[in-house]
Amino acid sequence: MNFVSAAGDVFSSESTYINCMLFAGLLGFAATGEWVAERSGTLNISVEAMLLNGAFAGAVGYHLFDWVGVAMCFGALGGWFIAFLQAQMSHRLTADQFVVGLTLNILVLGLTGFLDREIQPKAAFAARLEIPLLAELPWVGQALFGAPWPFYLLYGLVPLAWWLVFRTRWGLELRAAGENPQSADVSGVEVNLRRRQGIYFAGIASGLGGAYFLVTRLADFDSSAIGGRGFIAIAAVVFGGWTLWGTMAGCVLFAGALSFQLSLQGLGYEFNTELLQALPFLVTIGAMAVFARRVRAPVALAQPFIRGLK
Amino acid sequence: MSRGIRINEWLLMYVLSVVVALGVSSVVVEATGGDWWPVLEALVEGSLLAPGRWGETLGVAVPLVLVALGTVISSKAGLVNIGQEGQLLMGAAFAVYFGFLLGGPGVINLVVVMMAGALGGAVWASVAGLLRFWRGVPEVLSTLLLVVVASQAVGYGLKQQWLLLEPGADRGNRNQVSQQLASGNRVPRLDFFGNQFPVTVFVAVVLALLVAFMLARTVWGMRLRMLGHNHMAAHRVGVSATSYGLAALGVGGAFAGLAGAAMFAGGGFSFGNYQLGPGFADNIGWTGLLVALVARERVLVVPAVAFVFAGLRTGAGFVNSTGVESRITEVVQALLVLALLLPPAVVFLRTRRQARSVALLKA
Repeated sequence: MNFVSAAGDVFSSESTYINCMLFAGLLGFAATGEWVAERSGTLNISVEAMLLNGAFAGAVGYHLFDWVGVAMCFGALGGWFIAFLQAQMSHRLTADQFVVGLTLNILVLGLTGFLDREIQPKAAFAARLEIPLLAELPWVGQALFGAPWPFYLLYGLVPLAWWLVFRTRWGLELRAAGENPQSADVSGVEVNLRRRQGIYFAGIASGLGGAYFLVTRLADFDSSAIGGRGFIAIAAVVFGGWTLWGTMAGCVLFAGALSFQLSLQGLGYEFNTELLQALPFLVTIGAMAVFARRVRAPVALAQPFIRGLK
Repeated sequence: MSRGIRINEWLLMYVLSVVVALGVSSVVVEATGGDWWPVLEALVEGSLLAPGRWGETLGVAVPLVLVALGTVISSKAGLVNIGQEGQLLMGAAFAVYFGFLLGGPGVINLVVVMMAGALGGAVWASVAGLLRFWRGVPEVLSTLLLVVVASQAVGYGLKQQWLLLEPGADRGNRNQVSQQLASGNRVPRLDFFGNQFPVTVFVAVVLALLVAFMLARTVWGMRLRMLGHNHMAAHRVGVSATSYGLAALGVGGAFAGLAGAAMFAGGGFSFGNYQLGPGFADNIGWTGLLVALVARERVLVVPAVAFVFAGLRTGAGFVNSTGVESRITEVVQALLVLALLLPPAVVFLRTRRQARSVALLKA
């Protein structure tokens, strides 16, 4: 039970990095989407529901068409559907965003659990795709460039999110909606429309994340599969100080904590399982406790915008 | 009453949204090859009509009411505490630990159990509170993340005899459960026409009245509400966001912890056998939170909503016999919550439209 030597073994093993990137993929999809939504001023806690629904829709897609590509598309649609409900209820009607998000989380948990028992969709693992040369890098090569192919969507999605938010007019308006909705409104920006679109982006990204997790880790859908990891993705955005690169760093850190148990088991070590299960959540809380004050949140984060009020 | 909404319009909208929620649920059931009508019958049968069932439902409603009361208190102060599930579990764990540690005869032990439960919930919520006001961590996230930590911590405690696990030499691979509460130390149960329910039902009602009074008629309650409505104004009149916020979270957590203790000491068909074991919290915390959301911070509505949601839970046991997966009740529950969010939002939009048209007419 020598923790130090175990940790040493873990960090020098290639499978550790592969496990880590597996979870980092899940967190990465969700956190990228969540980051866009939060820059527009929504603290979107239904990301958990989006992930779960994405995974379930992906399973249904694979069940019907027997192809991972379709599963990913279904996943994106499934995530978007939750985003649609969230956006319409909290940013067209004026229901509280936390209330809506929480209810959606519970709804999707029940609904996918129910439908899973009734129709039992079967999926399978996606094929690995090795990128020549890069995949032979020591330690991280296989993890970053020998992954199942849906992982590579992340390499497109993250720069896309950055470009949309920082290099387009749409992104400027989106950020304005998150920083100062009143001023944005009088300059002719449709604040709630931009916020809804931010949530749609979060839904599609998280839905892809859910489907990605399905075809890389689960294969057989289970409604407890996401189990609070969506909230870790939200915490990654807070940890990253609402910058995209910080968010990604948070994803890798938290994914490391999430995969630690898996990696230890793979190497034959046995530790206190409760501590290992709680570890990612403790790391997340600890990291937020250290960093939450040092960063600047979008000013209007989690504040509803209603024209003429406030 | 040109701008106001008449009471029967409100009623119509609420009835309509309940119908919509049930309609969507029925579509879900029918689409997967089940029959909706028997499910509905089973729900009513299992929660009210079958012998002994409404007492059972009352018993389940108790922790829901307690959790929801705590939620209302923290949300009145403008804080979003959504970790009741963890606070409840921690409360139950504290109740078990201190209940057996301190012992004491009958009623005294029961009081100890309840107080320890409240303490446990308060401690767990205060962790989130401290992180919020000392380190600026959003309480929405920390309370949520602490749910997982709580369940793992209690799981660990249930493996250690010096913490929660039932003492006994050579237990082998038996189930990890705590010691059972002695029969003299349990919450007394009343019997009405074959329906048994714990006396905590009355405690819950009294607490609901008390909370309603505290929030509406005391200085503390007013400051709390002020903090929730406009924290800048509260700051100007000298209401400390930190101390009142911490207090609101702590009291909210205490109610959730009390609910856990009440489940442990109240027993009954739904909540284990006066023991703490794996899966003890069983989503009561989440459901209690939903109750508070549906009641929309109106304390006196809480017991009624709690009874309906408790009915969905006790009715779920009967749904399985219809051949439909009983998790459908979770779907019905969440859909009801979503649907009941609609009327106030629709009315809000409508009043604004009317106000605008009146303003345009004058111009």
